[in-house]
Amino acid sequence: MATTTTASGKQRRLAKRRNHDKWGYVFMAPFFIFFLAFNFYPMFYTIYLSFTDLAGWATDANMVGFQNFINIWNNLLFRRAVTNTFILWIVNFVPQIVLAFLLAYWFTSRRLNLKGVGFFKSLFYLPNIITAASVAVIFSSLFSYPRGPLNLFMLNIGVIDSPIDFFRSVVMTRLIVSFIQFWMWYGQTTIVLQAGILSIDENLFDAARVDGATDWQSFTKITMPLMKPITLYVLITSLIGGLQMFDIPYLLTGGGPQQSVETMITFIYKQAFQGGRNLNVAATASVVLLLMTTLFSLLVFNSFRTRATKPRKGAK
Amino acid sequence: MYETGNAKRIKMQRLLLYVFFTILTLLSILPFWIVIVNSTRSAPEIQQGLSLIPSGNAWSNWTHLRDRGFNIFQGYGNSFFIAASSTILSLYFSSLTAYALIVYEFKGKKIMWGIILMLIMIPTQVSIIGFYRFIANIGLLNNYIPLILPAVASAPTVFFMKQYLETIYHPALVDSARIDGASEIKIFHTIILPLMRPALATMAIFGFIGSWNNFLLPLILINERSMYTLPMLVQLLTTDGYRTEFGAMYMGITLSIVPLILIYTFLSRYIIGGVTAGGVKQ
Repeated sequence: MATTTTASGKQRRLAKRRNHDKWGYVFMAPFFIFFLAFNFYPMFYTIYLSFTDLAGWATDANMVGFQNFINIWNNLLFRRAVTNTFILWIVNFVPQIVLAFLLAYWFTSRRLNLKGVGFFKSLFYLPNIITAASVAVIFSSLFSYPRGPLNLFMLNIGVIDSPIDFFRSVVMTRLIVSFIQFWMWYGQTTIVLQAGILSIDENLFDAARVDGATDWQSFTKITMPLMKPITLYVLITSLIGGLQMFDIPYLLTGGGPQQSVETMITFIYKQAFQGGRNLNVAATASVVLLLMTTLFSLLVFNSFRTRATKPRKGAK
Repeated sequence: MYETGNAKRIKMQRLLLYVFFTILTLLSILPFWIVIVNSTRSAPEIQQGLSLIPSGNAWSNWTHLRDRGFNIFQGYGNSFFIAASSTILSLYFSSLTAYALIVYEFKGKKIMWGIILMLIMIPTQVSIIGFYRFIANIGLLNNYIPLILPAVASAPTVFFMKQYLETIYHPALVDSARIDGASEIKIFHTIILPLMRPALATMAIFGFIGSWNNFLLPLILINERSMYTLPMLVQLLTTDGYRTEFGAMYMGITLSIVPLILIYTFLSRYIIGGVTAGGVKQ
């Protein structure tokens, strides 16, 4: 991929003859060594542990074949964690992508020609850079019972008669977690989609305008189809990110009530580092997560391949 | 160009959109603002109702927080040390790796690039169990080394650097230096790195914030209270000790978010630019 993009094959070959190329290995070496030590080895160690019975304070691990995988298939809490993770992600992602598309459309509309787009964009993005741990604690106090700011506000304006214990309700807690994810990420998605729209050839829109297409028609007939690869990319990166959800649910309620916001990573964390220290269970759950992530990443690779015909040139 | 009716409609649409954007803006700011205001109010004031106007209780909230052993300055220091060191490592070695991938032809280059692309998509969280055991086996629990050194192999940074270098690199840049007999590493240091300054600045911001906000990894590796990073300190605010000390709790949250909000007010242009250019995910 890289070799063909730069149009300097001749000079490159010249450099090759001068035998500088061995430096490629030298310069890549640190990355490669640290990749092996801190990514590759831990990943395979995790996979290895998923086939052992290592738990508690034991130091020796015995191979148990696929027993852990059979167990985890029957583990109701893990199944719930998987379901929760997807529920939380979908409830956050659907409104997120819709709003981001609308915002990106409005921000780039020449007919509307809105002012202050940069200002609004930077404010919509703000929650994304704030420490997720802090965000979780902020929302746990804003929604707290009985005298949290939101309860007090709703009592004062008379919307409710008695305070609501949000974190006792499965639905409310899930909605709050999904809302936080939505709130932290729609700004980012908007920016990516806007960059995508801006990279579309202006002539297409001009031609459509000459043919009498409305703005909305241009959007649905030109923008949307051309944005398909980027949308898929956003979808899958968001999904992979969503599968790793930990900070918010863990610090908001610790997974409760009734394990309603227990996610795959909170499950892994709790299995490995709390109570019985079931490293084998946690490792097995990690492998399941790894398989899911790999599957979704392969989809991204394909989306990259379709996108390769029309490279996205970024910032405007 | 447009008839008046159409122009009027556009005006109306614009107005509605500005109202909508203002609501979203408030949604972005209000949660933080309420927390900051509450950090200046006493516990009874906080329990009376919501306010958007600061009160005069900040100092006493701060002393309460300090008396509970919430050592925010230590947290700042620890997080800063880890974030700064790992950012420097990741910038230097990612640029070096990107340079190698662009300039040289060598066997296995395609495989390395494939590995890097895979690494971008597969988050480190999936191997924390193996990572934890590995670090425990080599005796580096309660140590910052496992939080810093992995930054040498930072795939997303390599990806970004390579994209940038592709747009600016030309063999003529280095050929004359080679003829003058400069070594390859010297060429990288004196010619390439300075040219990459814009990309380095962008990735410095993202790398720093990413490390600063990291919670899971320090949570499993660090037990020593004096070594807690900022997100770990924030976690303490959810414990029972703060059930009644609302002012102190809000003060703790405020102190954890104010540095980022300040940084953002100065650097938001570059951050938005970085997201636009690379679709960077933290």
